[in-house]
Amino acid sequence: MTVESTAARKPRRSGAKRSTTARDTKKQPAGQTELVQLLTPEGERVEHPEYAIDPTPEELRGLYRDMVLTRRFDAEATTLQRQGELGLWASLLGQEAAQIGSGRALHDADYVFPTYREHGVAWCRGVDPTNLLGMFRGVNHGGWDPNSNNFHLYTIVIGSQTLHATGYAMGVAKDGADAAVLAYFGDGASSQGDVAESFTFSAVYNAPVVFFCQNNQWAISEPTEKQTRVPLYQRAQGFGFPGVRVDGNDVLACLAVTKAALERARTGQGPMLIEAFTYRMGAHTTSDDPTRYRSPEERELWETKDPILRLRTLLTREGLADDAYFADLERESDALAKRVRDAVRAMPDPEDMAMFEHIYADGHALVDEERAQFAEYQASFVTAEEGI
Amino acid sequence: MAAEKMSLSKAINASLRTALETDPKVLIMGEDVGKLGGVFRVTDGLQKDFGEDRVIDTPLAESGIVGTAIGLALRGYRPVVEIQFDGFVFPAYDQIVTQLAKMHARSLGKVKLPVVVRIPYGGGIGAVEHHSESPEALFAHVAGLKVVSPANASDAYWMLQQAIDSDDPVIYFEPKRRYHDKSEVDTAAIPGPLHAARVVRQGTDLTLAAYGPMVKVALDAAAAAAEEGKSIEVLDLRSMSPIDFDSVQRSVERTGRLVVVHEAPVFLGTGSEIAARITERCFYHLQAPVLRVGGFHSPYPPSRLEDEYLPGLDRVLDAVDRALAY
Ligand SMILES: Cc1ncc(C[n+]2csc(CCOP(=O)(O)OP(=O)(O)O)c2C)c(N)n1
Repeated sequence: MTVESTAARKPRRSGAKRSTTARDTKKQPAGQTELVQLLTPEGERVEHPEYAIDPTPEELRGLYRDMVLTRRFDAEATTLQRQGELGLWASLLGQEAAQIGSGRALHDADYVFPTYREHGVAWCRGVDPTNLLGMFRGVNHGGWDPNSNNFHLYTIVIGSQTLHATGYAMGVAKDGADAAVLAYFGDGASSQGDVAESFTFSAVYNAPVVFFCQNNQWAISEPTEKQTRVPLYQRAQGFGFPGVRVDGNDVLACLAVTKAALERARTGQGPMLIEAFTYRMGAHTTSDDPTRYRSPEERELWETKDPILRLRTLLTREGLADDAYFADLERESDALAKRVRDAVRAMPDPEDMAMFEHIYADGHALVDEERAQFAEYQASFVTAEEGI
Repeated sequence: MAAEKMSLSKAINASLRTALETDPKVLIMGEDVGKLGGVFRVTDGLQKDFGEDRVIDTPLAESGIVGTAIGLALRGYRPVVEIQFDGFVFPAYDQIVTQLAKMHARSLGKVKLPVVVRIPYGGGIGAVEHHSESPEALFAHVAGLKVVSPANASDAYWMLQQAIDSDDPVIYFEPKRRYHDKSEVDTAAIPGPLHAARVVRQGTDLTLAAYGPMVKVALDAAAAAAEEGKSIEVLDLRSMSPIDFDSVQRSVERTGRLVVVHEAPVFLGTGSEIAARITERCFYHLQAPVLRVGGFHSPYPPSRLEDEYLPGLDRVLDAVDRALAY
């Protein structure tokens, strides 16, 4: 795989030339001070002057359960990919707090526009997790009805969905509905023109949309510094709406800030950008090899900020959950994993003719012609075999 | 260096390396092309050896990649940009179609835009949506662009050298499912013209014209047909804009029959243009209508259906039989 270095015989042209590449800066120097946090990595509750919530013990356990089950679902999907049951998987490992926190802030009438990694948000919306696997198995391109859970189809083309979210929100505003829209995207996506345009439209039309950027530090192999020279949340200001950075591994902070932002949007105060500062613990997808571009130390550092562990520490220390609770949850996780595994293995391949279905709502003569020709062609094999 | 057996992706890597070595104005740009070496490792090792100023990891913005490449070319550079997958070229489509393609004409020839846009394209690798498409006709339709696709390692090496040397923008489609196929590359050879088609198998009964990933399928089909006593000529078109109609015509005048094979949908595709031109040029030589084998008027299907969607041996042979039955 590796190519022999030719550096020795190749004259480097660097010389006195000024480098046009931006200098390396330390990763997010001002970041920590600006981070909204309500639960420290050590599992301590802390106050924030603007964002406060007071969850009941039951709500805390609920958030914990959501994160644990989501992580387990995600791990099972990764395993299924390794076993050849899925063609690809985009893991959310490490991003559970960002997704569950924001996802649990939603009202039923709110609408979500995800990327391809929002398995935890889908969970919060009540989407059956097995529905998410069809496109990764290669049996469909999404397949679920976005309107049954107000959770749009996954979007693979980076950034596109932020415009859809904005347009949907413009519609919500026109209808005078008591709802808001939550649009997810990554730090890499923040470079796309579509995302900038969605910021422009949402600001100009005061659309009730909340942009939730999960800055997991990487866009495949490129660190956030290759996308932006200012902290991402500060972008919002230039478009005329507020931006805030939240500890993306703190489920309580993600919940509190998203609740506030959605409420602002619902009450006609316009868009807001939330940057959840988090970390992608695994590979970008199962076809990626992160050892080529990042150090193991980096991951180890983020492991100390694990979103699930810190809530567990809190639950245990405050006596809100005991060993029996955790053991029950473990069993529930196992059952979920088994259900998902069985469902995937039982998932049938689509019929050949499915290619010609749903291309147009009103039908199309060319599709009809090609469908008929293909059916005839397929039938010729059957006839040939029967003939033997 | 002389003849060496290498994979198609390795040949592109070697070609990029040669270009970077010989011309200091050549730049590589794209998402993940640096440390990672691209998601297909096609640019592997280049940043390490040529530095971040020449092998540039760009922000995740295709319009930005092509748009800034245009600016760099205006300033005298020769950018070779990578679009990560076929389905992600569309954010850049505006820049390619409205700007890259037209500036030479608008400046009455004063401005040259030697930009190469490399696009891994086509299916057959079991990918999710937007990772398997063949949008070549959309580019070939645009005046001002040249569109090519190599089918083997040697062409991958040489056609990329020639594309980089060209003062016109070239869309260079890489058949990603052939990346690992190995063949002989002679880096000291003198290559043929970039836009000339090539007969890769001689025959007398029918001409199969293909390009990129489908050349192998066409060759396999010709070999299978030979077992049934049919003599099929296989033409590797190599270029979709311009198309070497003269070579197609010469072949059809010998064989009297033509089947065009590509992965892209047949409707308004490259095959449609070839069928129309060859019917005009060879009306009295043709013993059967020109047939096309390709994709359907349907979105590229989920991967579990791609074997049905993609032209395989059976569908090509079916068309061969139909043409021979006239
Ligand atoms: C328009 C477009 N270009 C390129 C890609 C290939 N691609 C898929 S994911 C990805 C990185 C995305 O990074 P980010 O937005 O930070 O989201 P993350 O995957 O880290 O959650 C790239 C380059 C794509 N899907 N769409």
